[in-house]
Amino acid sequence: MQPIVSIKNLSKTYQSGHKALNNINLDIFKGEIIALLGPNGAGKTTLISTICGIVTPSSGSITVDGYDTVKQYRQTRAIIGLVPQELTLGAFDAVANTIAFSRGLHGKPADPAYIDKLLTDLSLLDKRDSMLMTLSGGMKRRVLIGKALAHRPTVLFLDEPTAGVDVELRKDMWNLVRELRDSGVTIILTTHYIEEAESIADRVGVINNGELLLVEDKSTLMNKLGSKQLTIELRESISGIPETLTKYELELSEDGTTLLYHYDTRQSRTGITSLMKDINAAGLVLKDLHTKQSSLEDIFVNLLQAES
Amino acid sequence: MNWYAIGVIYKQEMLRTWNTMLQSIASPVISTCLYFVVFGAAIGSRIETVGSVSYGSFIVPGLIMLSLLTQSISNASFGIYFPKFTGTIYEILSAPISFLEVVLGYVGAAATKSLIIGAIILATAGFFVELNIAHPFWMLAFLILTCITFSLFGFIIGIWADSFEKLQLIPLLVITPLVFLGGSFYSVDMLPPFWQKVTLFNPVLYLISGFRWSFFDVADVSVGISLAMIVLFLTLCIAIVWWMFKTGYKLRQ
Ligand SMILES: Nc1ncnc2c1ncn2[C@@H]1O[C@H](COP(=O)(O)OP(=O)(O)O)[C@@H](O)[C@H]1O
Ligand SMILES: [Mg+2]
Repeated sequence: MQPIVSIKNLSKTYQSGHKALNNINLDIFKGEIIALLGPNGAGKTTLISTICGIVTPSSGSITVDGYDTVKQYRQTRAIIGLVPQELTLGAFDAVANTIAFSRGLHGKPADPAYIDKLLTDLSLLDKRDSMLMTLSGGMKRRVLIGKALAHRPTVLFLDEPTAGVDVELRKDMWNLVRELRDSGVTIILTTHYIEEAESIADRVGVINNGELLLVEDKSTLMNKLGSKQLTIELRESISGIPETLTKYELELSEDGTTLLYHYDTRQSRTGITSLMKDINAAGLVLKDLHTKQSSLEDIFVNLLQAES
Repeated sequence: MNWYAIGVIYKQEMLRTWNTMLQSIASPVISTCLYFVVFGAAIGSRIETVGSVSYGSFIVPGLIMLSLLTQSISNASFGIYFPKFTGTIYEILSAPISFLEVVLGYVGAAATKSLIIGAIILATAGFFVELNIAHPFWMLAFLILTCITFSLFGFIIGIWADSFEKLQLIPLLVITPLVFLGGSFYSVDMLPPFWQKVTLFNPVLYLISGFRWSFFDVADVSVGISLAMIVLFLTLCIAIVWWMFKTGYKLRQ
């Protein structure tokens, strides 16, 4: 499949000399939600800004829908929508006007009916003629989304869409993002919340210090990198771990009824089969077994540790 | 050409004027009236005529130029500086528009606004003194050329400035003195010979002189030179804007 966004050997060094992006390679496909996950200062905003044309690349190239973002910027920017990280809005404009402005900037004729529909979808219709400065933070965020969607983009960038947004609104935001994806819009969002990447992304790219550490399907990522935890509940409590089981580095709970076993799905042998045999041989009787997938958070911490 | 983009930028800028109507239009009108009272009535009662023109009429072209220059520069510089300041410039930078289109939108709006202000001042002046315009076509030409040139200049300042202080620096320290010393309120030959020479280095003198010629058919310097000077300055501004466009100066990192 032809990627909708293709980034090749992209590097960016700011005038200050700071290298914010280091040889990024990434293909993004039509209709997916990809999350760029990384701590503050990782280079997420720089990466998005470079694709959108706000920052010029130092080296490397980007194509959007097959067009070069520098040489054929009219084609690429016409189909891109951007919701910036900060609540950057004028003060004295009315809501509907500022959305109409964004639409015009992207070379589209005025379409008040579509803007009203957008406002309805974003629960902003009653604020249509309100001044921007009178809106709450959550409303401003939605106005910014409205502006980004004003020209019906097919690729939408959301830079930390839920930073500083409360839990309830965050869920609303995720639903909105899913609806957009279902309508065929490709979505690239950045976040430093693992939970966010975990909940809505199809693929996750982990970025740190300007480098893209990996990009994986969310499920593959979790399978491939996730260490798992096996909880073994015993019928009768034991006072210590039997000699024959020490090599498994088990943890015994205080009440002596559960054993914890950590294993890594990256290893070809998880050691579970032999553990079971040895438990049996040690005369322990099992009551129950369950496994727990580690969260993206654990994966993330592991990755960053591995890097440093 | 992205005409819709030029259109919405132009419209937004004009709307901003509309919203700050009082400040944008009333203040030049009021200050013009004050100039008339102070210069026209107080000094005019002593001087009466400059050449064949009554002093009250004589200062009209200079007054209009004074407002035109300061208004063009402040409107255009503020228009592009403000989005930089609030961060909304991201939208302009990520839109499918060229620098030329950005310039046409912002500078076009600023120039239009100055033109309107110029017309209002002219009408206001009509209440105080009798005005006969000798060369209406040239008057309009000078008016429009000046509005465009100094709006472009303001746009350049707006992009260059990274603080409100810098934004006000050039108009305050350069433009206002040049206009006052450029023969707005007097004819150059009223000065001692030495200062007449010095004044010839003031580009604004040529503007005011040419503009005054279009009113009264009298000028301090030849009209051809006046016209050449303004075209020269216009070309210079276009060249700087073009260079900014090429290098992404202060806009794109
Ligand atoms: N205009 C700039 N000039 C110099 N350095 C910058 C600029 N913008 C960002 N940086 C630096 O680049 C790095 C990445 O920033 P950014 O892309 O904003 O990260 P993120 O969005 O992941 O938090 C940071 O160290 C930041 O300080
Ligand atoms: Mg950021």
